[in-house]
Amino acid sequence: MYRYDTYDQAMVDARVAEFRDQARRRIEGKLTEDQFKPLRLMNGLYLQLHAYMLRVAIPYGTLDSRQLEMLSHIAEKYDRGYGHFTTRQNIQYNWIKLEDAADILADLSTVEMHAIQTSGNCIRNISSDHFAGAAADEVVDPRPYAELMRQWSSFHPEFTYLPRKFKIAVIASEKDRAAMRLHDIGVRIVKRGDEIGAEFYAGGGMGRTPMIAPLIRDFVPLDHFITYAEACLRVYNRYGRRDNKYKARIKILVHELGAAEYTRQVEEEFAHLLSVGVEPPREELARITEYFAPPAFVDGPKTLDRSDPDFALWVDRNTHRHKHDAYVSAVISLKPAGGIPGDATAEQMRVVAKLAREYSFDELRVMHTQNLLLPHVRIADLHAVWTALDEAGLGAPNMDTIEDIIACPGLDYCSLANARSIPLAQRISERFAATGRTEVVGELKLKISGCINACGHHHAGHIGILGVDKKGKENFQLSLGGSEAEDVSLAKITGPGFDEDGVVAAVEKVTDVYLATRTDGERFLDTYRRIGMEPFKEALYG
Amino acid sequence: MVDTSNLGTSPDEVQFRFRDDEPVDHAAVTVDSCCDQTNAAAVRIEPGDDARVLLPFLDRLALVEVNFPSFGDGRGYSSARILREAGYTGELRAVGQVLIDQLSHMRRCGFDSFAPDKRLDEDDAARAFATWENVYQRAADQRRTIAEKRHEA
Repeated sequence: MYRYDTYDQAMVDARVAEFRDQARRRIEGKLTEDQFKPLRLMNGLYLQLHAYMLRVAIPYGTLDSRQLEMLSHIAEKYDRGYGHFTTRQNIQYNWIKLEDAADILADLSTVEMHAIQTSGNCIRNISSDHFAGAAADEVVDPRPYAELMRQWSSFHPEFTYLPRKFKIAVIASEKDRAAMRLHDIGVRIVKRGDEIGAEFYAGGGMGRTPMIAPLIRDFVPLDHFITYAEACLRVYNRYGRRDNKYKARIKILVHELGAAEYTRQVEEEFAHLLSVGVEPPREELARITEYFAPPAFVDGPKTLDRSDPDFALWVDRNTHRHKHDAYVSAVISLKPAGGIPGDATAEQMRVVAKLAREYSFDELRVMHTQNLLLPHVRIADLHAVWTALDEAGLGAPNMDTIEDIIACPGLDYCSLANARSIPLAQRISERFAATGRTEVVGELKLKISGCINACGHHHAGHIGILGVDKKGKENFQLSLGGSEAEDVSLAKITGPGFDEDGVVAAVEKVTDVYLATRTDGERFLDTYRRIGMEPFKEALYG
Repeated sequence: MVDTSNLGTSPDEVQFRFRDDEPVDHAAVTVDSCCDQTNAAAVRIEPGDDARVLLPFLDRLALVEVNFPSFGDGRGYSSARILREAGYTGELRAVGQVLIDQLSHMRRCGFDSFAPDKRLDEDDAARAFATWENVYQRAADQRRTIAEKRHEA
């Protein structure tokens, strides 16, 4: 994986010093809270309902054991012994003191980590496919391109006060495991003959106005990669709406101009920027790529002893095909039935770090589904890995099932929320685990947001739940048919909302309809797409 | 009709200047006026103005002010770079809500003078201008980037 050189380290160190100085000026009254706010946000520090929250960047979701151990240390020293992994492959700490923030950033910098641009109206942490470098179906490892973008987007002088936040995802396979088209810019690395280039999609996003990003260019040559991104951003910075923060994301600009007109303006700016010359030297991508050279895989057994049914179930559910046939990628579920989606204790982080060191070439990933991943595990080692995970409460065999719920922090933490997401996720996963229905239903992605900002990706859920405030009471709208994957679609609302008990029952009812109607091999989403909304409505409201 | 006779900042209001030439000492005009009259040497760009309409007139301009009525509105950074990319070499002045933590980025985008509407602490500003010993991106300041330094022979 990528390692900082003295330049990268100096940039992060400079940022820590700068933040210390900003905090000092705030305390001395030289900065108003209004002026300080965007500065602390660009260092990942939010003010939530009960305390400050610090969001730490995990670029393209890749980290090593030393870094995860530092995250564990921070959870213990500065928080309440746990951290929360997010849908953008980051981690956030919910109980931070403002006076500790600069010290935490300094601790992070000792392991090549930071909280830069994890918030604010700037280019955020670049996300990617969690199976990058391991997946059998990728064209290339997308992470070198993401790292090139990380460097380009860090402290970008022109794009630090954008109309609104800006999220970029980079993938390199037909399968989309990063919700790429629901990002402000989505990049898919592709091959045309022998030449590598990139498809660019722009103007996707969730929030109160969900949009699927249209393709704006089908092939950006590699040596124009950054220049094209810069053109996309400049058009947005100049013409994105600033009169209304709810219409300020690039999706609104692309929608209002139309994809063709936005693309025309980008192409014009692109041609201009090519003449200016903003692309990093070609050798830089080669330098970065060397850091992502595949580890030294060795041949070994390709089959395993499935006599323990619990182990066999976990293997079937939580492992993913690897490009080397003696290995798999192993998903570490942070979704124990009845647990808080995405939370991990400091002790669990240490266990996972140790497993990564022993069994996965010291590499780990954070998944956008709020789980962790060991990307390169020998099939021969799988039983030992599973045993250790199970002992640490990390062995839930539920990847992509109804228990693998994405949920935002909701009203338990967030000052924007209208409803609690976590208790609902806990009840649903507990219920399905207890009735044994999880396995029967199979793949079913359920996503819960506690408000219209859609941090829980409810628009992209096979089943989505949105918490709203109805005359002072929490109310939950159910939607069906969303997908964040390569078959991307936006979910549609079923009808009137439910109270908490009602929505748990409603989720069961829609799975009843599915189980009664599915044909062989059909997932919930496939059945919904085949039979439409009516049978589900009938069961819910008829 | 807005009275624009006193538009623009005077040399006295400039707190930081990275040029040796004499500053322009007369009022600036709006972008619209600049395009209509043939003798204006100073112009002020507002966030919603398209800096590119000035490109035919760059030869006669000695001062372009870019106004930041609100520090959170970043359009002026693009305006500055566009002018520099087009070869503008006159004074490029950031005016309005110009704060300590914007100085280094503004400098990178091509601003070479600063007239904040509230004077800044000199020490804090000096530190801010020197924040980044190295830079990741090409910008209007022509600094060699980290990537370029990594690969120089």
